[in-house]
Amino acid sequence: MAVVSSETIPVVSEPDIVMVRRRVREESLRLGFSLVDQTKVVTAASELARNTLIHGGGGYMDLITLNGPRVGLRLTFNDKGPGIPDVQLALRDGFTTGTGLGLGLGGAKRLVNEFEISSSADQGTRVSITRWK
Amino acid sequence: MEKIPILRMGEFLLVTIQVDMHDRLAIALQDDLTNRISQTGARGVLIDISSLEIVDSFIGRMIGNIAAMSRVLDAETVVVGMQPAVAITLVELGMSLPGVKTALNVDAGMELLRQSVNDNKEAEYGSRI
Repeated sequence: MAVVSSETIPVVSEPDIVMVRRRVREESLRLGFSLVDQTKVVTAASELARNTLIHGGGGYMDLITLNGPRVGLRLTFNDKGPGIPDVQLALRDGFTTGTGLGLGLGGAKRLVNEFEISSSADQGTRVSITRWK
Repeated sequence: MEKIPILRMGEFLLVTIQVDMHDRLAIALQDDLTNRISQTGARGVLIDISSLEIVDSFIGRMIGNIAAMSRVLDAETVVVGMQPAVAITLVELGMSLPGVKTALNVDAGMELLRQSVNDNKEAEYGSRI
């Protein structure tokens, strides 16, 4: 898979979530995503960035554009937080340890084509999503 | 600190969200609106979200909270102008905004507010006539 461009965006404060949404919007628009696909990937990014900030205590997002054989956008959220003890449980709708509705992880997964998560107490949490054009 | 303006029009309050809100701004709007309903005795709140390019679970929850709080304070809330792509995404995310009245545009939203406020008045006074 050909990586066309790559950048890292910090996620350490609330305005950073807005910045994540803006950058993901710009890149998905540049790649020629439909309006609905742009909206889906921006919304998924917003959910995951908020998880990184609130549950992970901050971290960063890697934004990679892929070109060939398929065009797509891959976003990876990394934090050094306490990790998620039970990932399957956390993916279920309605599961929440915070003040949200518990739609973040499961909802983000439904909005993208590929979803990978790895989490442990000593490594923190890494969530990678890909949306193809 | 930046703030989202709340306009008063008769017995209604109007809000147009025109910026990509960070979470604290969304919470501030929720608090401001609740205070204004209480201060003014407004009977209805119209929230225009036609400029919003995404509604994630946080903003969705804020909209649901405003509708619930205004109902407790005897006011109706109508959300108008949601973009189709936002509606598709919101439902797929798992949020269908239960308990939130919606209309396609500001005109339809104002009509809905007037109707429901009149219905409420009739329900209050109807039995005495």
